[in-house]
Amino acid sequence: MSIELLKGNVAFAEAAVRAGCEAYFGYPITPQTEALEHMARRMPELGRVFVQAESEVAAINMVYGAAAAGVRTMTSSSSPGVSLMMEGLSYMAGSEVPAVLVDVMRGGPGLGNIAPAQGDYLQIVKGGGHGDYKMIVLAPANVQEMIDLTVLAFDLADRYRIVTVLLADGSLGQMMEGATLPPLRPLTERPAWALTGARERDTNLVSSIHLDPEELARFNDHLQAKYAEIEANEVRFEEHRLDDARVGVVAFGTAARVAKTAIAAVRDEGVAAGLLRPISLWPYPEAALRALAERVDALLVVEMNAGQMVEDVRRVVEGRVPVRFFGRTGGIMPMPEEIADAIREVADAAGAGAPEAQPQEVNA
Amino acid sequence: MTVLAAEPLLTPVYEYPKSLTHVPTHYCPGCTHGVAHRLIAEVIDEMGIRQDTIGVASVGCSVFSYRYFATDFAQAAHGRAPAMATGVKRANPDKIVFTYQGDGDLASIGAAEILHAAVRGENFTVFFLNNAIYGMTGGQMAPTTLAGQKTSSSPDGRDPATTGAPLRMSELLAQVDGAAYVVRRSLHDVVQIRRAKKAIRRALEVQRQGLGFSMVELLSSCPTNWGLEPTAALAFIRDEMVPVFPLGDFKLPAEPAAAAGAAAGTGARA
Amino acid sequence: MTTDLVIAGFGGQGVLFAGQLLAHAALEADLHTTWYPSYGPEMRGGTANCTVVISDQPIGSPVVARPEAAIVLNLPSLDRYEPLVRPGGLLIVNASLIDRDVRRTDLDVIAIPADDVAAELGSPRLTNMVLLGALLARRPVFTLDHVAKTLEAVLPERHRHLLPANRAALERGAELADAVEVAAATG
Ligand SMILES: Cc1ncc(C[n+]2csc(CCOP(=O)(O)OP(=O)(O)O)c2C)c(N)n1
Ligand code: SF4
Ligand SMILES: [Mg+2]
Repeated sequence: MSIELLKGNVAFAEAAVRAGCEAYFGYPITPQTEALEHMARRMPELGRVFVQAESEVAAINMVYGAAAAGVRTMTSSSSPGVSLMMEGLSYMAGSEVPAVLVDVMRGGPGLGNIAPAQGDYLQIVKGGGHGDYKMIVLAPANVQEMIDLTVLAFDLADRYRIVTVLLADGSLGQMMEGATLPPLRPLTERPAWALTGARERDTNLVSSIHLDPEELARFNDHLQAKYAEIEANEVRFEEHRLDDARVGVVAFGTAARVAKTAIAAVRDEGVAAGLLRPISLWPYPEAALRALAERVDALLVVEMNAGQMVEDVRRVVEGRVPVRFFGRTGGIMPMPEEIADAIREVADAAGAGAPEAQPQEVNA
Repeated sequence: MTVLAAEPLLTPVYEYPKSLTHVPTHYCPGCTHGVAHRLIAEVIDEMGIRQDTIGVASVGCSVFSYRYFATDFAQAAHGRAPAMATGVKRANPDKIVFTYQGDGDLASIGAAEILHAAVRGENFTVFFLNNAIYGMTGGQMAPTTLAGQKTSSSPDGRDPATTGAPLRMSELLAQVDGAAYVVRRSLHDVVQIRRAKKAIRRALEVQRQGLGFSMVELLSSCPTNWGLEPTAALAFIRDEMVPVFPLGDFKLPAEPAAAAGAAAGTGARA
Repeated sequence: MTTDLVIAGFGGQGVLFAGQLLAHAALEADLHTTWYPSYGPEMRGGTANCTVVISDQPIGSPVVARPEAAIVLNLPSLDRYEPLVRPGGLLIVNASLIDRDVRRTDLDVIAIPADDVAAELGSPRLTNMVLLGALLARRPVFTLDHVAKTLEAVLPERHRHLLPANRAALERGAELADAVEVAAATG
């Protein structure tokens, strides 16, 4: 397997193909469209299903149908399109079908723009559709992870009969980087619950309706138990230069990779900063964050939105240390220099500068 | 004494429409979106309704049309312009309301909204720019894409067996009782452009008379995503699109006498 | 060691491809690299640009507020990027399309009539390669040989016959850059 220069959108689409995705449904939207275009060529080549839906509402319901039929299936879109999928996602959660959704986020609200953003965190991580449901949410930070986490997303979706979301952003979709694709996997077997025709078995039903309140309550209990199991088993995160850190930066995706550049810069000045990067946004790396909050003087949350994940950080930290926020909206990627300034400010406020680096010396 | 024949010399033969702003458009060279804008603006000027007109922009290359029309404007979500226009018009029954929509917007994601606006006989006008492709997102297949036409999401050409045949929206909407005026014109040459302008005028008159839903479909070019030079793109409309999307009147309002009753209570302005 | 640069011009001038070629060459040389383009309706106005970062370390941000180097192929791109290049940085200008002087005095400026040079070499499509040659003369991240080999690997079969011309364009660009003294201000 060799390293190739790959565009994020093409990389995750091809990774899905390699992971055994048998049916792709989508609707064009920038900055994700290269994925749909890749699938338009690749899926028919392999005798698999590609349909350009008439809308995202249709696309997610096509995915619902293919998932009910027991094949690995997915859609991809960007923020405004993903908003249209909320109803379908709630139904899919309510009938426990596995599927993968890739959201290549852009600036909002409304039509906003097509530049990279992280403004869908709350919508995706907290629900968005109606009812008590969860989706596993994975946040890549480079093109290699666009690939690896897509493959993982299919595996987790099948294992837990849940929708798994790859929450990326316009930068990860559009950029090219060196990455390695996995080999083409054989297609998965259709599970026993799938709609394949009731030959030599009882009929199967895929539905989210439970009219009897007691029955719906029991179903919700079952969902909650499943979610607890996922919370116990599927937390993923990266720790970067945290060993001696006094300031902990918490960021995901593109914001996290930019933060790494900023951390390197402030460390050169003696500010001991490090990064906790949640890779699974749900389940959230709560234990790691709590432990970090015990060790550092302050936390700085960096996001490409007006402050969404920071709500989770504050919830988990429960006031143990000050939690500050730095964000850029509008589809603007924060620059390393801005994040470095924010880290210095937080370090100063918390008196967290390393002893050998007095602020005066830094400025000199 | 000879008086200089000043009058004929000073008769304006060309003026910049007052209903257009002076903002340079972002459209590609050879794109007929600009022609359509110009025609609509001229008609609004001629009818003297600039200050009584409200446009609703859709999502497509014309998403910025609000920059170019010197009228009130709203910008709708993708496909939802007819629903938004319903709200605008119901709240302003005495104003002239139009939507400006592409074929992806109107015939794909917004198929339900356009159909039900017609079903309800909403008294606004739809300008439907059909260029057989998704222009703004870089040339994917639309429901109106011709059989065999190569696009970035139908790389081997549209295959009717799996993606259907071009959808003729005007013919479809003409079936709906609430539709009063539904015609198709083209922008591929001067004669057609003049005809298109007459239809735009007629549609807005129909709305002014309160006769119900009106739509002018305009066959339009996308040289950029068709991969054609501007002149070749116009020839493509004439030679490839017109045979699939025949020009004509699919629904005309009933004779004025009969229509007068239907218009009662709609607050049409003289 | 990290090199970052912006390449900017009209769509169709091979701006995005020139950046991709550098990124490919970086990968071939076992370096880290990111390539980040302008995209969407932003391109409809006819301008295109990309940012390339090459480093021996993993790369954080794929965009840079103040690039270390810029290759500008048209006037709007000069107007946009001249103020942004880092002090002491490199600014390579396509003089065939840009008839104004660079105003900043703290940059290493190389102005090459790249369209004319490309035409002399037989194809207007070589402009980007001429300018890339100039860049590599000043920032020898890789040898011309390495870039030419990379080009051979990434060009589709049907374009292989263009290799010698591309190679000549790279070399000519490097020669022209070598003839320009490094500005005193940049030491
Ligand atoms: C919900 C949603 N999905 C997708 C998009 C992306 N999108 C923007 S314009 C467009 C298609 C426009 O095509 P058309 O209506 O034919 O207009 P044209 O650009 O061809 O004039 C799409 C799919 C969006 N903005 N919102
Ligand atoms: S992409 Fe097509 S429809 Fe859009 S402005 Fe350009 S030519 Fe017109
Ligand atoms: Mg269109």
